[in-house]
Amino acid sequence: MTPESLAFFFLAAFAVTTAVLMVLQRNPVMSAICLIGNFFALAALYLLLRAQLLAVLQIVVYTGAIMVLVVFVIMLLNLGDEERLRERYDYKMALVLVLVAGFVAELAYILFSADGLPAAAGLHRQAEAIGTVEGMGTALFGRFLLPFEVTSLLLLAAIVGAVVLAKKKA
Amino acid sequence: MTIPLAYYLTLSAVMFAVGVAGVLIRRNAIVVFMCIELMLNSVNLTLVAFSSFLGDITGQALVFFVMAVAAAEAAVGLAIVIALFRNKKTVNIDEINILKW
Amino acid sequence: MPQQLIGYAVLLPFLGFLINGLFGPKIRNEIVIGTIGSLTVGAGFVIGCLNFFSMLGMPPEDRAGVVEIFPWIAAGGLQVSVAYQVDQLSVLMLLVVTGVGFLIHVYSIGYMHGDPGFWRFFAYMNLFIFAMLNLILADNFLLMFLGWEGVGLCSYLLIGFWYDRKFEKGTTADAAKKAFIVNRIGDFGFLIGMFLIYTTFGSLRFQTVFAHAATLAVGAPVALWISLALFVGATGKSAQIPLFVWLPDAMAGPTPVSALIHAATMVTAGVYMVARCSVLYALAPAAMETVAIVGAATAVMAATIGLVQNDIKKVLAYSTISQLGTMFLALGVGAFTAGIFHLMTHAFFKALLFLGSGAVIHALHEEQDIRKMGGLKEALPITYRTFLVGTIAIAGIPPFAGFFSKDEILWKAFANGHWFLWAAGLAGAGLTAFYMFRLLSLTFEGERRWEAGKRPHEAPRSMTVPLMILAALSFAGGIAGIPASLGGGNAIEHWLEPVFERADRIMALPGHGVEPLEYVLMTLSVLVAAGGIILARSWYLGRKEIPLRLSQKAPRGYALLLNKYYVDEFYDAAVVRPMTAGSEKLLWKVIDVNVIDGIVNGTASLIGWVGRTFRMVQTGVVQNYMIVFLAGVVLIVGWLLAK
Repeated sequence: MTPESLAFFFLAAFAVTTAVLMVLQRNPVMSAICLIGNFFALAALYLLLRAQLLAVLQIVVYTGAIMVLVVFVIMLLNLGDEERLRERYDYKMALVLVLVAGFVAELAYILFSADGLPAAAGLHRQAEAIGTVEGMGTALFGRFLLPFEVTSLLLLAAIVGAVVLAKKKA
Repeated sequence: MTIPLAYYLTLSAVMFAVGVAGVLIRRNAIVVFMCIELMLNSVNLTLVAFSSFLGDITGQALVFFVMAVAAAEAAVGLAIVIALFRNKKTVNIDEINILKW
Repeated sequence: MPQQLIGYAVLLPFLGFLINGLFGPKIRNEIVIGTIGSLTVGAGFVIGCLNFFSMLGMPPEDRAGVVEIFPWIAAGGLQVSVAYQVDQLSVLMLLVVTGVGFLIHVYSIGYMHGDPGFWRFFAYMNLFIFAMLNLILADNFLLMFLGWEGVGLCSYLLIGFWYDRKFEKGTTADAAKKAFIVNRIGDFGFLIGMFLIYTTFGSLRFQTVFAHAATLAVGAPVALWISLALFVGATGKSAQIPLFVWLPDAMAGPTPVSALIHAATMVTAGVYMVARCSVLYALAPAAMETVAIVGAATAVMAATIGLVQNDIKKVLAYSTISQLGTMFLALGVGAFTAGIFHLMTHAFFKALLFLGSGAVIHALHEEQDIRKMGGLKEALPITYRTFLVGTIAIAGIPPFAGFFSKDEILWKAFANGHWFLWAAGLAGAGLTAFYMFRLLSLTFEGERRWEAGKRPHEAPRSMTVPLMILAALSFAGGIAGIPASLGGGNAIEHWLEPVFERADRIMALPGHGVEPLEYVLMTLSVLVAAGGIILARSWYLGRKEIPLRLSQKAPRGYALLLNKYYVDEFYDAAVVRPMTAGSEKLLWKVIDVNVIDGIVNGTASLIGWVGRTFRMVQTGVVQNYMIVFLAGVVLIVGWLLAK
């Protein structure tokens, strides 16, 4: 058991637990916090995969920006543990659980069937090189320049849209 | 021992399934939104895992763009939730059924 | 080439119909309308003459030809053109139809004077001529059927011409409907025959069908069915048993209509059709028997009814039915030429008789009961004399036309071995002579029985000149068929020989030279006719008590004859009422309302139900949609994995 694999198992368990907790929590703020925990675990997993830039970006963008926004909105709407928002344990839930179970089964089958995945030993020998800021930067401003620029347009549209939608009626 | 690719993918699959279940079960619109983010992240993990195991930067670049899009989507989605709340005073998606027959 | 003009002969009456029909009310001048109507028919007659004389100049084998006007239907195996067959038979029919038709049109100018529907009358009459010409000139069954139906339609239009007049137990419109419906029943038979012909021979053209048919064996069942089916159509159109009931009612129409349609032309369509299909009939001896028996039976039956009728036109109507029966008798024993010859002479004298009766009715201001006539000899001299000529002709006294044609039929019937039919024909001839002279005597001779105040006057020249021409034809028309036994060359038989050649060959009847037996039969028929005449004149001119006492001694017999053997009543009870009741109670109330409307409305409400049910899928809740989405994904992936 190398430290790496230990770390992996721990992080994986943590990620799954927080995910499940997030789904089960009644209070939306608690859900948000669970999700933030999940994101931290993911960031660590990225580090295990030698994707340094992405690990940092995960924390900065996802937890730092998106989850903050979410928590902000929850606070703004003053949502607590409302009765109306409680789930009903009805046939729909059963059906969903059945479907999801089937879904998972299929995925498992795909993953663990004989001719599943490349019988990889471990990380690629280049993995460390490509995950750095340099590597990512070279790719982003090289091969992926056009999507990069277009993304800025996308963000502009998102900003304008968000402002317009959330504005109070004059 | 090195962690094989399959383990990462399994983790991702489990997270995705949990996200799907959450989207379908929860009634609070914002929690549904958070579950969607969970699904996106699971996909991100898959992409990064493949990228690292195959040595191709494409996966990580894609994750970069997914994050950007997720951010944009978060902004707009929550703006919609706010607008919805202003009109119907609720974020219970069962009650947002104007397109009913 | 006169043959090419045939198309115009048919087209001109149609133009006359259009002009008089569309512009009649504007033209308003009776002379103009009448002239247009008559000239179109007269032009047809001229074209017919041109063809006739040009054909005379040709050797017999070359005389027949087909003039194609335009291809009409080309649908897979069915190729039908509007084409006219110009051969000896059709040219003869053309001359008769247009010749007699022209005279009747001219007569109508005088007869229909003052009628508000004058233009309509001539329009319909021209349309009728158009349809009739299509019928007799067609070179295929389909075009003939077009004409067949067309004349039926025009018959309906013209019988019900005075559509708001009362007639017997209903209106003239009822009589018109009866004619049309009974005809339709016959037409069904014609259609069946046509279908059989097409499926058997693959074509509807006469030349193709008859050439092919000649190769069939005698007694072939398909020939039997075709012949019988076509004959059903003939019984409808030519008023034989069992479909004759419409003809007496058709007298509700104006007299020129009765003359043209129900004496000279339309009713002869059945005779023409059977003659045209002589090959098919020759192949089916059983069908020929049927035709002959039906014809003879009709001839006798109608003659007996005519003995006691009191309406002048009714007598003539039953006489027509009887004479048509005689024509079918001729066809049935294989004497095709004799049948056509009688058709021709009958057209002359029957038209003459009807037109004469029209003059009488006109003179007595719409009186038709012969019990209220009498003594018109002096007041209507021309009418009387022409009527006399016609009566003698129909009685079969030589040298008038009727003798030669009728005698030819009787001789052929006897010579071909059908003695019983000959006897029936002879009886019919005797009865005919009797009741026709009864009619003449009661109408024109004896004391005057008409109501006081009526002043009968002779008809105008437009009416009397056609009468005189027809009288001349009734007298001299027999020249066409003077048999060899009397020194003539039987021109008409030789003229028509090529048309019936195939049929004659199939029937293989023994030829007859001049035999002494023929003279015996001739004398016999003249004696029978003379006997009938003498009896009629003695009874109805002097000793009216005799027939009166006879009718009183046998009241039921008399009533039977007077009421036409109650055939109409029988049909009404056996056919009309059950059909009406069945239609109303079953077809309408049950099937139409419940089943058909049920299906239609049910389909609509089913669709509505389906729509309402599927609408429930749209709950508006997005999660539900996503559940469905997920289910679909799971299923598809599972299916892909399973492969």
